[in-house]
Amino acid sequence: MRVLIAFLLGLAGSLAFGWWGFPQLLYQREPQPLQYNHKIHIEKGSMECSSCHEVAADGQFAGIPRTASCGACHAEPLGKTEAEKILVTSYVAPERELDWKVYSRQPMNVRFSHAVHVNKAAMKCEECHGGRGSATAAEPFYRNRVTGESRNVWGPRMIRVGLKPGEGMKMSDCESCHEQKGVSAGCLGCHR
Amino acid sequence: MSATQKTSRTPRRYGMVIDLDRCTGCGACVIACAAENNVAPGAARENDRNSISLLRVFTLNNPTAAGRRTAFLPMMCMQCEHETPCVTVCPQQAVELDVLSGIVEQMPQRCLGCRYCMTACPYHARSFNWGDPSWPAGMEATLNPAVAPRMRGVVEKCDFCQSRLHAAQDAAAVNGSLDPGIYTPACVEACPTQAITFGDWNDPEGALAKSGETFAWLEGLGTQPKVRYRSGQNWLHEMAERGGAAPAKEERHG
Ligand code: HEC
Ligand code: HEC
Ligand code: HEC
Ligand code: HEC
Ligand code: HEC
Repeated sequence: MRVLIAFLLGLAGSLAFGWWGFPQLLYQREPQPLQYNHKIHIEKGSMECSSCHEVAADGQFAGIPRTASCGACHAEPLGKTEAEKILVTSYVAPERELDWKVYSRQPMNVRFSHAVHVNKAAMKCEECHGGRGSATAAEPFYRNRVTGESRNVWGPRMIRVGLKPGEGMKMSDCESCHEQKGVSAGCLGCHR
Repeated sequence: MSATQKTSRTPRRYGMVIDLDRCTGCGACVIACAAENNVAPGAARENDRNSISLLRVFTLNNPTAAGRRTAFLPMMCMQCEHETPCVTVCPQQAVELDVLSGIVEQMPQRCLGCRYCMTACPYHARSFNWGDPSWPAGMEATLNPAVAPRMRGVVEKCDFCQSRLHAAQDAAAVNGSLDPGIYTPACVEACPTQAITFGDWNDPEGALAKSGETFAWLEGLGTQPKVRYRSGQNWLHEMAERGGAAPAKEERHG
């Protein structure tokens, strides 16, 4: 009996370490430079996703907009929030760029094309990014201390089951959607 | 390639015809290639055998005394189509012939660095990264963001500027197609005499089909290279069959 208890305690300890402790050690939390609110821009600013995240005519994806484009509306604060005050005084006025952390950033050798998925395949942003585009605040960003990559590539849990859209984008996730849709990209279709 | 694949891409067989009578050996293609593909400048220890060169230009001398002439031979991966030697020998399946583009794809992520492919390649078109690439301070800002630098311990080679193929595909995707069409690799763009024609061997109306009589280097091996040459000089045709004169007569350049 004593042996069994010791074993179970040991097991519980290692599981706790593996599933809770290890991720704490592995990932480093980094704040976003500003609490950006997507929802307010869609609702109050009546903006479309493409007014900030555009795919240009040559197929290049704009990514996250530069500060200059925020300045068009935020030369003076429109509201009373602290975040907006920081934006106007620390970034728009001195023309400084915001150092956004990109959750979905892939390793350097991966080639991902928004033009192919958004324009050609007419996919919705939510299919890969979940609710980020309608969130009221930017959630914390976690960086893997070993690889330097965003935690989003692996997903929030150690066991990769039941991932929702926007929670994981490993090679196997790209591939499993491609398999369902009958797409085949050679190695160098997704790599560079 | 699965049988169920639904992509709307028509298979292409990208290739080149290089006009040896037009090549002046200036080396602009070599520089353009290295800049495009983030090939780091050679370290002091580097020589002919251990440097990275995706594209080289050889000097050829006509061995017969009567018609003493010199020609230049730009040589990159020939994108062999039949029993592609590097694909056949790779123990890692890190090299494959892409059926949609005809390009021989090299995957540094899978490469274990055994260099068997370098031995197998009849054209010596492959290089090995003996060290991690490094750039002089400040030069990193000039790197091409669309090409990932390769790490130490892997083999690399010309892939017909895959980053430019990607950009062409992105542009096509905006108009609802996945077909990159005929894009322009860096060496083709840089050539001042337009000696290099890039195109699709599958296209009967294309520039390659119209380029007249062409020959492959070492055609006899039967690997069916998709990079072919053109010349009005007989001795070059003969040399191509033999794979060049004795190596001592060739000197490397660039
Ligand atoms: C006013 C400009 C603006 C508009 C309009 C906008 N966004 Fe954003 N978006 C941003 C900024 C700034 C960030 C960076 C901050 C962040 O990650 O929340 C961002 C980040 C994102 C990200 C996170 C990318 C990543 O992986 O880090 C997603 C996804 C996104 N936006 C989707 C959308 C969608 C979907 C819409 C339309 C419903 C939209 N955005 C509309 C400015 C905008
Ligand atoms: C089309 C005009 C427009 C543009 C462009 C724009 N915004 Fe806004 N922004 C608004 C409006 C409208 C509000 C709501 C103000 C209010 O009533 O509080 C707002 C609010 C905000 C707030 C405060 C929201 C909160 O609840 O905390 C922040 C922060 C902000 N914007 C950041 C940005 C950033 C960063 C950019 C550039 C990527 C940007 N905005 C571009 C119109 C715009
Ligand atoms: C098929 C999945 C998929 C779809 C659909 C998709 N994205 Fe993305 N998105 C990604 C991936 C993967 C990345 C990371 C790309 C990288 O790091 O090269 C990304 C990156 C981003 C980024 C950060 C880019 C940067 O370079 O800073 C933004 C912003 C973004 N997406 C917005 C959107 C918006 C808006 C839509 C809808 C119009 C959308 N995405 C649709 C997968 C997708
Ligand atoms: C939710 C589904 C989905 C996910 C996730 C997804 N894709 Fe795709 N992808 C598609 C579809 C659908 C197409 C086909 C577009 C068409 O033919 O209309 C496609 C096409 C492609 C192509 C072009 C294929 C060709 O024929 O040239 C590439 C490259 C690609 N995806 C890369 C990626 C990468 C890299 C990721 C992961 C970061 C990814 N995709 C994730 C659905 C997805
Ligand atoms: C549909 C897109 C896609 C295709 C096709 C694809 N990859 Fe990947 N690959 C990715 C993405 C995205 C990552 C980065 C995320 C990750 O680590 O899984 C990746 C990462 C990798 C890694 C690093 C894995 C790791 O866990 O560190 C290797 C090795 C790799 N790919 C090899 C290949 C080879 C070989 C092929 C061809 C047989 C291939 N890939 C085809 C999308 C793709």
